Amino acid sequence: MPHITYVEASGQSTTVNIPEGWSLMQGATTNGVEGILGECGGSCACATCHCYVAEDYLAKVLPASDTELAMLDNVAAERRPNSRLACQIKANTALDGLVVHLPATQE
Amino acid sequence: MTGSIVIIGAGLAGLQTAEALRAGGFGGSVTLVGDEATGPYHRPPLSKAWLAGEMDAGQLAMRGPDMLARKQIDLRTHTRATGIDRSSQTVTLADGTRLPYTGLVLATGSRPRLLSVPGASAQGVLALRTRDDADQLAAGLSRCAEQGKPLVVIGGGFIGLEVAATARKKGIAVTVLEAAPRLLGRVLAPALSDWYANLHRSHGVELLLNTQISQLTTDADGWVNGVQQADGTRIPAGLVLVGIGAQANDELAAEAGIACDRGIVVDDCGRTSDPVIFAAGDCAVRRLADGTLLRLESVQNATEQGKSAAAALLGQARPFTATAWFWSDQYDKKLQMAGLSTGADQCVLRGDMAANGFSMVHFKAGKLVAVDSINAVKDHLQARKLLDAGVSPTPEQAADTAFDLATLLQHGKTV
Repeated sequence: MPHITYVEASGQSTTVNIPEGWSLMQGATTNGVEGILGECGGSCACATCHCYVAEDYLAKVLPASDTELAMLDNVAAERRPNSRLACQIKANTALDGLVVHLPATQE
Repeated sequence: MTGSIVIIGAGLAGLQTAEALRAGGFGGSVTLVGDEATGPYHRPPLSKAWLAGEMDAGQLAMRGPDMLARKQIDLRTHTRATGIDRSSQTVTLADGTRLPYTGLVLATGSRPRLLSVPGASAQGVLALRTRDDADQLAAGLSRCAEQGKPLVVIGGGFIGLEVAATARKKGIAVTVLEAAPRLLGRVLAPALSDWYANLHRSHGVELLLNTQISQLTTDADGWVNGVQQADGTRIPAGLVLVGIGAQANDELAAEAGIACDRGIVVDDCGRTSDPVIFAAGDCAVRRLADGTLLRLESVQNATEQGKSAAAALLGQARPFTATAWFWSDQYDKKLQMAGLSTGADQCVLRGDMAANGFSMVHFKAGKLVAVDSINAVKDHLQARKLLDAGVSPTPEQAADTAFDLATLLQHGKTV
């Protein structure tokens, strides 16, 4: 299982193993990573699972859909070039070691 | 702050309340009582990815197995609350246990309305609310697929149509029966109802509108095998899903003398008629500023009312008055609704209904009240912002896709 590291705005870092096919949002909410809310449950409808993908992994992550890009307009924190919704990124072996940073607020 | 908070109902609203209490610094006991086998899980996928077998149980769960315990939230699964004694401030559980409370939150949810025709309790006649329901439905769909039997959906609402779409993806024949002249008649404009009818028909769904049902027929084993219409026509069925709406679980509250009116009546902060009892989610009906009552069944409503109830328990006012939003995924189409179009007197189309993305924009007395978008996320998000800000485009601006609705927010133009 790929291991993913979530770094919260406070600096707290949590590394978890996520089954392949799970989203990064599911990996976070299941494991008590507080910086991701995922209120809609992964339907790309709420924009409360905003994360910043580490630059060196950006190329390994599938690009955002039009829906996700539009939802990213609605995130509460600053949108950056590496902003993504964690519910739309599925864990796979290529992402092993991925680090995502989380914003201070999701709503 | 200390005390004992009891939350009845371990769905989204109950979980949000419990976690918001801890996030708000509540140091007393928090007991989350749920009558299902598992802790809180996501219900929206039950008609879609979960039903299709595309998710595992860990993904459906909202939290990992030990996450609530780590927050000192005492989750009691398989536990039904049977009574509330307001004078002694205790909740009675089915096994006789009495839980004292200093604050009580009712997050008891809703349950599907039942069909009241002969044969409605036959085997193979299902409704969809819980994970168990969805698992039975999935097993029934597999049986249909193996035996080449059709699914009949009674009720052309969101749950029925989402299940119809999932079943079609599995190649199962589907008939949808709707009593009204159009699909989703209580929530969508007629043109969008027609669009959904075409969408489902184009995916092979047999759609019968204006259809009254007289009975469900069964085989010798008591398994449903058909749906008979009032005109005598019989539609063969291997499985029947009844999706004709839901009703609030407000009986516990009503029996305890808490004000109810087709739901537990609450204010914007989730307060009921008892100052230490709150309600959140599907079971709650909110009294609006104009005195009317509004009961919503949605993820946003459960989330926000749960947070508001927690805030109120902590002595803070956190009114939930934001624009209501909803979504429904069917096939490759995402419907997103912002606001409530009830009572709207004008509806304009933004975009092209034959294209992949468009919105129906609703006005009441010239004021924007709701926007229903199909694969048009930008319209939806802008609509939420406009509605929250009380800013209206003109109908002409709304109909003009070259007009950027966001400019109205920058200028703060109000009508």
